[in-house]
Amino acid sequence: MSLLQRLYAPQAQEPGKGRLASAVLLSVLAAIAVLVPLLNLTVPADSAFHVPTYLVSLLGKYLCFAMLALSIDLIWGFCGILSLGHGAFFALGGYAMGMYMMRQIGDRGVYGNAELPDFMVFLNWKELPWYWYGFDFFPFAVVMALFVPGLLAFVFGWLTFRSRVSGVYLSIITQAMTYALMLAFFRNDMGFGGNNGLTDFKDLLGFDLQSDNTRAVLLAATCVALAGCYLMCRSIVASKLGRLITAIRDDEARVRFLGYRVENFKLFVFVLSAMIAGLAGALYVPQVGIINPGEFAPANSIEAVIWVAIGGRGTLYGAIAGGVLVNYAKTVLTGVIPEIWLFALGGMFIAVTLFFPKGLVGSLPAAVDWVKRRIGKRNPPASSSLAEEPGQ
Amino acid sequence: MSLRQWMRGGALRFLMVFWALAVLVPHSGASAAEDLGTLVTELGAASLSKKQAVVDRMVATGAPEVVPILEALVGRDLYTRKSDGVVVIGQKTSGGKLLLTDPLTGSEVGTVGSREVKRIKTNNRLRSSVKAVMGTLTLMSPDPQRRLEAADGLLKSSDQAMLPLIETALAKEADAAVKNALQLAKASIKLQSDSAEERLAAVQSLADRTDPESRVMLSRLLLKDGDVWREPDEMVRATAGKTLASMESRLEMWRTVEHLYQGISLGSVLLLAAMGLAITFGVMGVINMAHGEMVMLGAYTTFVVQEVFRSVAPGLFDWSLAVALPAAFLMSALVGIAMERGCIRFLYGRPLETLLATWGISLVLQQTVRSIFGPTNREVGAPEWMQGAMESVAGITLTYNRLWIILFSFCVLGAVLLVLKKTAFGLQMRAVTQNREMARAMGIPTGRVDAMTFGLGSGIAGIAGVALSQIDNVSPNLGQAYIVDSFMVVVFGGVGNLWGAFAGAMSLGVVNKLLEPWAGAVLGKILVLVAIILFIQKRPRGLFALRGRAVES
Repeated sequence: MSLLQRLYAPQAQEPGKGRLASAVLLSVLAAIAVLVPLLNLTVPADSAFHVPTYLVSLLGKYLCFAMLALSIDLIWGFCGILSLGHGAFFALGGYAMGMYMMRQIGDRGVYGNAELPDFMVFLNWKELPWYWYGFDFFPFAVVMALFVPGLLAFVFGWLTFRSRVSGVYLSIITQAMTYALMLAFFRNDMGFGGNNGLTDFKDLLGFDLQSDNTRAVLLAATCVALAGCYLMCRSIVASKLGRLITAIRDDEARVRFLGYRVENFKLFVFVLSAMIAGLAGALYVPQVGIINPGEFAPANSIEAVIWVAIGGRGTLYGAIAGGVLVNYAKTVLTGVIPEIWLFALGGMFIAVTLFFPKGLVGSLPAAVDWVKRRIGKRNPPASSSLAEEPGQ
Repeated sequence: MSLRQWMRGGALRFLMVFWALAVLVPHSGASAAEDLGTLVTELGAASLSKKQAVVDRMVATGAPEVVPILEALVGRDLYTRKSDGVVVIGQKTSGGKLLLTDPLTGSEVGTVGSREVKRIKTNNRLRSSVKAVMGTLTLMSPDPQRRLEAADGLLKSSDQAMLPLIETALAKEADAAVKNALQLAKASIKLQSDSAEERLAAVQSLADRTDPESRVMLSRLLLKDGDVWREPDEMVRATAGKTLASMESRLEMWRTVEHLYQGISLGSVLLLAAMGLAITFGVMGVINMAHGEMVMLGAYTTFVVQEVFRSVAPGLFDWSLAVALPAAFLMSALVGIAMERGCIRFLYGRPLETLLATWGISLVLQQTVRSIFGPTNREVGAPEWMQGAMESVAGITLTYNRLWIILFSFCVLGAVLLVLKKTAFGLQMRAVTQNREMARAMGIPTGRVDAMTFGLGSGIAGIAGVALSQIDNVSPNLGQAYIVDSFMVVVFGGVGNLWGAFAGAMSLGVVNKLLEPWAGAVLGKILVLVAIILFIQKRPRGLFALRGRAVES
C-alpha cells in the first residue's frame, strides 16, 4: 500500500463530534441554495416573504468569505500555519475570473475595442499580453482560478517549509507576499487594470450579471461549492492524513523524528487551502462586480483570520459561521455607525484571543454548561472544561 | 530688458564695455568723467534724438548715481521743473501731487502739482537701449543675485564683444555661483571663436564641470548638419567627446552618491521604526502589530505639541521638537505599558494569538486617532534649521531634514545600546532574553522587566514618529505604511539584535534606493520583498541569528 492509500484508509471516526454541526451546516446551505433564489424569483416583490436581490448578492458575498475562512481554518486550525496572506490567493482567483469576464465584454466597452479591454486601450497598448490568452474560454479561467493560487502556494510553501520557516516568521513573510502582490497589481504596467482593477463586467457564460436569475444561480453555485469544499476538508481532517497534520500542528519536531516528511504534508494542505481560497475569489468577483488590488491588502487577510478565530478554529464549520457572522456584523455596524466598525473589529480581535480562544462554537458548550449549572441542574457534561486549546 | 534686445542696438555696447572697464579699473575713469550734474541738465534739455548721446556720456562717467537716474528715465519719472528747468525725479503721492527728489543727491526738494513739471520725453528705442545698459551695469552690482542674473544673460547672448568685460569681472568676482556662471559664459563665447586653439581651450576649461549647460554646449559640438560637422576641427571634437564622457561618468558617480544618501536616510527611518520592534520581539518573542500605531501616536504627539507652541509661544516654535521628543516617548511608552499589562501578558507563549490581539489593538488605536483628529493629513511644521537643502556641483540635492534624521537615528541607536549594555535595567533585560526561567530564579522581576521592555520599545517607536512627522504625512494610516517594512527589517536582520536591525535597515534602505532608478519605485520595492522572502529560506533566523536552545522553542 502506498503512503497516501494508507493515510486515506478508513479509520475510527471521531465519535459524534462535529457530526451534528456538519448536518446542520449542510442543511442550512441546502436551504439557502434552494429557498433564497425561490423566494427572490417567484414571490412577488410586495410579499413579506420576498427576498430582495441585494440580499441575494450579499448572502453570496458572505458565503464566499466563509469559504475563505474555511480555507484558513484548514491550515491554521489543523496544521498550525497562520497565513496572513490568504487574501492573495483569494484575489488571484478573483482576478482569473475577472479576466474571463473582461474578455466577455468584447466590443461593448467604452472604447468599443473587440480585441483589448478598455484599460489597455486607455494605456495605448496595441496587443493583448500573452498572459491574457485563453481567458476567453470559461473552463480555462476556472482552471486558472485554481491553478494560479495553487502554484503560488506551491512555490512559496516549497521554499518556506523545506527550510523550516515556521511560526510568526512564516506569518510575517506571508504578509510580505500579499503586500508585494498588492504593490505589483497596483502597477498599470502589470496589465491587470492597475488601481481600478477589473470591473464593468457584463455577463458570465452569456448570462447577464445584472439579472436576478444569474444572481440566484451564482448564490446556489456558491452554496454548492462551499458544501463541497467543506465535505472535502472534513474528509481530509477525519482521515489518517488529517491525524498526521494535526500531529504536525501539535509537535512538528516529533512527527519529523517519527520519520514523516513534514514539509510535504504541510505543502499539500497549504496548496489545497490556497486553491479553496482561489475558488472563493472566483465566485466572489461576479457577485460583487469588481476586483481591484485592494483585495491584496494585508489588512484583509488578517481580518479573514479573525473570522476563523471568532467562529472557532479547528472545527471547519466554526470558520464558516465566523465568516458569515462577522461580515454580517460589519454590514450592520458600518450601516449604522461607520466609525464604530473598527472599534468593534479591534475589540473582537482582543476579546476572542483573551477570553474565547476556542471561538464561538468552542465556547458555546461551555457557556451552556455554565448556564445549566447556574440553574442548579447537576451532572455537568464531559465537554465542560475549556481544554487547552490547540496550536501555538 | 534683456541684454540680447539691446545687442541688436549696436554702437552703444562698445561704449558700455569701455565704461565697464573704466569703472573696474580704479582711477582711470575718474579723470575722464564729466560732471554728472551738467549732463543731467543736458538730458533735460536735449531733443529726443540727442538724448541717446547724453545717456552714453552719463554712462561713461561711471558714477553710481547713474543707475537711479536711468531707472527714473525708463520709468518715466524724470521731469524738468518748469520754474527753473532743473531736472528732478518725481513720485506720485496720494494727493495726486508729485514728490520731487534731486536725482544726484536723492534728497527731497518739495511737492508740486503735476502741472508745474514737464516729463522728459522718451521713446521705445531709447528706453530699450537704456534698459540694456542697465542690465550690464548690474554685472558690477554689489548684490550677488543681480550679478548672477547678468552673467546668465551673458551666457544666453554669448557675444564676442563682451569677452573683455567678462574677463575683468571674473578677476574681481568673489562669489562662487557668479564666478561659475561667468566662466560658463566665457567658455560659450570662446567656443564661437574662429581659432581652433581658442575653442580647444574653451572645451578644456569645461572639463571640471558637470552642469547641464556645459554638457549641452559640448554635445552640440558633436552634432552634424547634414554631412558637415558643426565643429570643423577634429582635435576639438575628440577632446569634447572625451570631456563629455568623463563628465557623464562623474555625474553617474554623483547620482550614485545621491541614491546612497537617500538609501541611508530611508534606512535610518526604517531603523527608527524597527528598533523598538527588535527589542520587543527579541526579548519577549512578541510580535507587536500595533507597533506602527506607536509610531503614529508619536507623530500625533508632535502635532499636538506644535499646536500648543503655535498658540502659546509662537516665537519658540523652533524648539517644539525638543519638547515633542520626550512627550512622544512618554506617550507611546505609556500606551505600550498599558497594552502589555492589560493584554499581552496573558498571551505569553502564544505568539500567534499575540499577533492577532495586537492587531486588534492597532485597529482600535487607529480608529481612536481618526475619531479625535479626523481622517485627513495633519500639518506638522519643520523648525527652521531642518529646512532647506545642501546643493552640490552636480545638481544633486541633500535635504537637511533627512540629514538630521540620519544623525538622529544613529543617536537613538547609540542611546539604546547604552541602555542595554550599561544600565541595570539593560542587564536584567538581557538576562530575561537569554533565559527567562533562570533570570526569574535569580530574582529578576521578569513581569516588570517585560513591561518596561515593552515600554522602551514602544517609546522608541514614539520618537520614530517625531522623526517621521518631518518627512511623511501625519495621518491615522501612518503606522500601517511602515509596519510591513519594519517587520522585514527585523526578520532580515535577525530578532533581538540591535546590530541586526541596523544592518537590516541600512541594507534594505540602500538596496531599495539603488534599485529605484533602475526598476522604478514600486517594482524596486517588490524586488526587495521577494529577495527577503527568498533570503529567509536560506537563513530562517535572519542575518544575526541568536543561537542556543531557547531559540528553537
